[in-house]
Amino acid sequence: MTTPALELVNVSKSFGEVKSLHNINFKVEPGEVVGLLGDNGAGKSTLVKVITGYHAPDPGGEIYFGGQKVDHLSMQKARDLGVECVYQEKALADLQSLWRNIFMGRELTTSMGFMDVKKMQAETERLMQEHMGFTSKAVSAETPVKTMSGGERQGIAITRALYFQANIIILDEPTMALSLTETKKVLDFIGGIAKAGKSAIFIDHNIFHVYPVVDRIVVLDRGMIAGEFMKNEVTLEELIERLYTVARTGTYDKSDGAVLKNLEVPA
Amino acid sequence: MTANATLGAPNQKQASGATRWLRRYALQIGITLVAFAIWIFFVIGSPQTFFSRNIYAAFMSTTPFFGIVALPLTMVVITGEMDLSFPSIMSFGMLVFSTVLFATANPWLAMVACLAAGLAAGFLNGWLITKFLVPSLVITIGTQFFWRGVVQVLTNGTGKSLLMTRDTLFYNIFVGRINGWFPMQMIWMILVALLTWVFLNRHRFGAHVYLVGDNKESARLMGVSVSRTKIMVFAITGMAAALAGMIASLELSYYWPTLGEGYLLNTLSSVFLGGTSVFGGAGTVYGTFVASFIIGAINAGIVAVGLSGFWTQLIYGLIIVISVIVQTVVSKKIS
Ligand SMILES: Nc1ncnc2c1ncn2[C@@H]1O[C@H](COP(=O)(O)OP(=O)(O)OP(=O)(O)O)[C@@H](O)[C@H]1O
Ligand SMILES: [Mg+2]
Repeated sequence: MTTPALELVNVSKSFGEVKSLHNINFKVEPGEVVGLLGDNGAGKSTLVKVITGYHAPDPGGEIYFGGQKVDHLSMQKARDLGVECVYQEKALADLQSLWRNIFMGRELTTSMGFMDVKKMQAETERLMQEHMGFTSKAVSAETPVKTMSGGERQGIAITRALYFQANIIILDEPTMALSLTETKKVLDFIGGIAKAGKSAIFIDHNIFHVYPVVDRIVVLDRGMIAGEFMKNEVTLEELIERLYTVARTGTYDKSDGAVLKNLEVPA
Repeated sequence: MTANATLGAPNQKQASGATRWLRRYALQIGITLVAFAIWIFFVIGSPQTFFSRNIYAAFMSTTPFFGIVALPLTMVVITGEMDLSFPSIMSFGMLVFSTVLFATANPWLAMVACLAAGLAAGFLNGWLITKFLVPSLVITIGTQFFWRGVVQVLTNGTGKSLLMTRDTLFYNIFVGRINGWFPMQMIWMILVALLTWVFLNRHRFGAHVYLVGDNKESARLMGVSVSRTKIMVFAITGMAAALAGMIASLELSYYWPTLGEGYLLNTLSSVFLGGTSVFGGAGTVYGTFVASFIIGAINAGIVAVGLSGFWTQLIYGLIIVISVIVQTVVSKKIS
């Protein structure tokens, strides 16, 4: 067995009286894409915010990166450890050019802080052609990102994470509010993460988005891990069946077909 | 990395290089045309004045008094903040200048103390805003009154003559005349503009100024220190205000405690007329530079046609309102 890129042991998170995560044991292997499914309020976002250092877990929980235990994880520490989060709305600065967004916070500079604008523009042009599929002459590294579509914007954020050698890329509902074609683009990008040999955690309510691009699926329910499936062990139909059960009972063992609350499945 | 996903190109794809260039520099081109139109208007209205260099020498001697502040203030506005305290900081800086000057008779030392005082006052603005998360508009109204109050209390409202500096090397470096006509303060304004341009466009600090104003949440998530960036722009603006106050006082060879009063509106008009967005995230040094001279020219023009100074306020008010509206409408159209 390889050392997991990330491992949580007995991690809980309470907000006052509310316990949003209960003794979570969760890991991500190098190069693995893990789908995180669960109802609204199941604790998915809370879990990734613990991983990104945004929330400190309750005492007693342990977090390991590449086998190393990390105490007092901060957002900066998580970034240094290669965790990169792609947020729907917050990822990009709209009025700024593509290159400024790609290099946001990590500008290529001399030791005095002066920027190598030419190099950043050239790198951006290269990424646009090789990885983002922008071929039109009308879009350049200088184009402001506000003119781009939702799927393209997610693509920019994912490409940025890959370019800066993120080890674990977290995508919290990256297809939210996107059309079918735009969603397709984002899913292609997520496929690219695995090809690049990086790990990812992909949160989405739609099982049809998650299933094709992940290696493993983890189901959260009311703050607990209710089930875990290797993709090659379950078919999509079986998975949907089990998710119904989880939604109803909180675990997938006791099988009785129940209404799936918020996981989108066609009628 | 091999993320080989393919994205279709965005929609409005047929834009040629030229239209793209026009769109990108729309505001700068606009302000240049406005400046040119106003110039033509003046030349036709009063050719003998506007074909002599005296009028340009006059513009170049007075515009730097507020232009030197408008340039770094542009950075404050790009970060999505506002500074209304600079007129009082101009005076506070000069209070320190005159105090040190009269104590040591060394204008260079006085200048260093003056700039340090401006820097500290600006730093305080930035620190209060980022530490207590109070809107900068409110904090800087407060510090505007505070520094003016400090000056009034300590000077008792009486000014100081700076005649002893007249025609010294120090004087000539800041407000002397090259070849007997070209004002040195213009050189200082150009230097401030160049420095601001370099930092805003070619330095990491400037990149962060734009990012903080555009989307401070993403900037923070990407590791940009929002607080530090904001404190820096306020501190730089404070220092520039002290420099501008010193230059304005040297020109008059007199320090009035009311120094800076009357510069608020024309400085803000220069920033907004120059195309800096009130919402943050956009603005240029070029725009502010050209707009400062438009504002200076309008002031001179109003006096030249014989209207009272009260008209200037009315017109600056209109300029601020109209330029902010035009910008907002134009940027909505483009996106
Ligand atoms: N900062 C907070 N303070 C208090 N409660 C919180 C906080 N953040 C999350 N919670 C609670 O924790 C629970 C889990 O929320 P979380 O956002 O992790 O759910 P989620 O699985 O991401 O849901 P969704 O699918 O709707 O995004 C919810 O009951 C929520 O109200
Ligand atoms: Mg969520």
